[in-house]
Amino acid sequence: MTISIDPQKTNNESLQPKGWLRYFSFSLDHKVIGIQYLVCGFLFYLIGGTLASAIRIELASPMSDFMPRDVYNQVLTLHGTIMIFLWIVPVVNGAFGNYLIPFYVGARDMAFPRLNAVAFWLIPPSGLMLVASYFVEGAAQAGWTAYPPLSITTPQSGQIIWIMSVLLLGGSSIFGGINFIATIIKLRRPGLKLMRLPMYCWAMLGTSLLVVLSTPVLAGTLILLSFDIIANTGFFNPVLGGNVVVYQHLFWFYSHPAVYIMVLPAFGLVSEILPVHARKPLFGYTTMVFSIMGIVVLGLVVWAHHMFTSGTPPWMRLFFTIATAFIAVPTGIKFFNWVATLWGGKISINSAMLFSCGFIINFVFGGITGVALAQVPFDIHVHDTYFVVAHFHYIVYGGTVFIIFSSIYHWFPKVTGKMLNEKLGILHFAITFIGFNLCFAPQHWLGLNGMPRRVAEYDPQFQFVNQISSLGALLMAISTIPFLINVFLSVRNGKDAGDNPWNALTPEWLTSSPPPVENWEGEAPLVEEPYGYGKEISERK
Amino acid sequence: MLNKNIYLILIISLVFSVSFWIGFNVNLLPAEASINAPIYDELFKILFIIGLIIFIGMTIAVIYSLFKFRKRNDQIGDGIALEGNLSLEIVWTIIPSIIVLLIGLYSYNIYDRMGGMKELNHNHEMMSSNTEKIWAGISQTSDNEIAINNLSIEVSAMQFAFLFNYPKGNFISGELHVPVDQKVSMKMESKDVIHAFWVPEFRIKQDIIPGQPTILNFTPTKVGKYPIICAELCGPYHGGMRASIIVEEESDYNEWFNKNKKPEVNL
Repeated sequence: MTISIDPQKTNNESLQPKGWLRYFSFSLDHKVIGIQYLVCGFLFYLIGGTLASAIRIELASPMSDFMPRDVYNQVLTLHGTIMIFLWIVPVVNGAFGNYLIPFYVGARDMAFPRLNAVAFWLIPPSGLMLVASYFVEGAAQAGWTAYPPLSITTPQSGQIIWIMSVLLLGGSSIFGGINFIATIIKLRRPGLKLMRLPMYCWAMLGTSLLVVLSTPVLAGTLILLSFDIIANTGFFNPVLGGNVVVYQHLFWFYSHPAVYIMVLPAFGLVSEILPVHARKPLFGYTTMVFSIMGIVVLGLVVWAHHMFTSGTPPWMRLFFTIATAFIAVPTGIKFFNWVATLWGGKISINSAMLFSCGFIINFVFGGITGVALAQVPFDIHVHDTYFVVAHFHYIVYGGTVFIIFSSIYHWFPKVTGKMLNEKLGILHFAITFIGFNLCFAPQHWLGLNGMPRRVAEYDPQFQFVNQISSLGALLMAISTIPFLINVFLSVRNGKDAGDNPWNALTPEWLTSSPPPVENWEGEAPLVEEPYGYGKEISERK
Repeated sequence: MLNKNIYLILIISLVFSVSFWIGFNVNLLPAEASINAPIYDELFKILFIIGLIIFIGMTIAVIYSLFKFRKRNDQIGDGIALEGNLSLEIVWTIIPSIIVLLIGLYSYNIYDRMGGMKELNHNHEMMSSNTEKIWAGISQTSDNEIAINNLSIEVSAMQFAFLFNYPKGNFISGELHVPVDQKVSMKMESKDVIHAFWVPEFRIKQDIIPGQPTILNFTPTKVGKYPIICAELCGPYHGGMRASIIVEEESDYNEWFNKNKKPEVNL
């Protein structure tokens, strides 16, 4: 049974700043908060990308000659932490989730608007604190995994600031997760059944369950780690009888689901984008829903595949191999369904569609290497090598970041009322796709042949392949330029989009662009067939 | 319709042929220098071929859809209102499940042949008499067989070096020398942070964990000098934490061993 809540005024409009100042205020409007997440996340993406460029410059030559070795470790730690906690997780969940979910459930705002604003406003100070930790004496340099004893024995001030920052970001993530669950379950418009929701709602529901179940474990783990650093306790310090493998279990209990926290929303977003531009219903809605929930359940029981070389017992290795490999099944279903959605459509080949198709190709590649890595004997050779680096970049960049860009091209007209320039968009896609594959495909070979990850210097035999990879990274950096030019030019002088430039059926397109403060002038529309393409208008509900 | 099916069969045959050809002719791995290596490479080849079939197939499907079903300028309206196909969805649920299950069973078999399923407990010959927990590594011998014929070596890892203690010769070396075709049994301990012992040509890796000894057994099969690489981030000089393993004929190994051997001092 659904409980409908009368729409309440969540914003006292007279007290809200107008124009661009809204984005620097404690606004309670879910759309403003969504844009705050997106722009803030993108700024951190630029910082993280700059750090990635520094890493690739260092690795263009076999010797450690661009920066000192400890600085290199600080840079890779900061790069990983920023990209995960400040770019991908906040944007793919916070930005698009906040903007779209209230529209999709037919609500005026999120269930807890103030909590929503708090969740966002935790991010800029935490992010600044994280970046500032680089400038204190002895920045964190134990990698984004912060494995003890290394994280205990490296300089402590930076590591403590790093922990504080990640704790705050984890808190923000939990607030967001609670809010999405409450909004999707309790704030649905009367008459809107769960199995009629757009797929992104299901993806966010699954993701939020993962966030709420696993993030507190990371928080607890990092608090114990900080005790070890500050108070000389011995939870993870082997000198005091602590167990370092326990840390790894606790850490990965969150950090493997974190991968699904990064990709499930992307699965939801691509499920919204493909039907619109292919002009076809989303293929296999029910199996898509069950596959999301299957991924959520399996995602919670595969963490030890990150620890196959950590001295785990044989039975554990076997269990986690099988559990991990089986995630390929629900994931595979989704990919077959997306291809079936394209099949027989009337496909508009535009930037959003190209990025989504690029996502499918990249993610299939990353998924295949993932199934290989799930096999213990295979993983033993390539664990902690560039093969793994390549695999997860195929998932999180080739997958999630491609979908973030696809989503920006798709929803930009709704947010701003202006169209993005398609020529610049396609140029952006082409450079990104070529650069990305040039950067990360060769890294599989590097890992297989003996290059460990997180090294500032390497065997000279790997120099040529590393230079190809660095060239790819350069192209990825360059690809940001047409995108930024496009956004800045289009916001000011873009072609007017109208309310529904894609002729889409989901509820956010049934209001003006940009939407009014409470989403609709009158009652929220009841859209029971968000993917009813190909049907006569009279047949659609 | 018949034409379409012929084309489909042709394309599928082509995808399979290309994948098998690449799988059998493109070698992405370093030299094989241990008993484990060819077993590992067998698994790699199978996964590589299956992966290629899926990847090439999906890529063709996406690119074909983009070209074949792209909207022409004069077209209006939507595609076909196909919302699902239960039998098709069942097929592409069951087939991947079977493939994944078979891969899992096959990889279990490979892992067993590599010695990964052997329970390692504390009757390693180098163990002290107290009941110390040994963490599983990879062993090609069972506990009962262990160490009778094996060359036993104690490995100490520290920032940023490996040290190899030969208990029978009472000496420590910075290089790991082993005779070809003889089982080597290593007990590994870390003095500070987590390290990892990795020899790419042997396809073996095991973390070296402070406070928890780990075991790694292998049998080298090819004479030569191979890198030992630390694969776990262990500090600023992690990239420089390397050593060499020198696999030599037994006579050469004995000569090296006798040259370095020290008499035991009884106090």
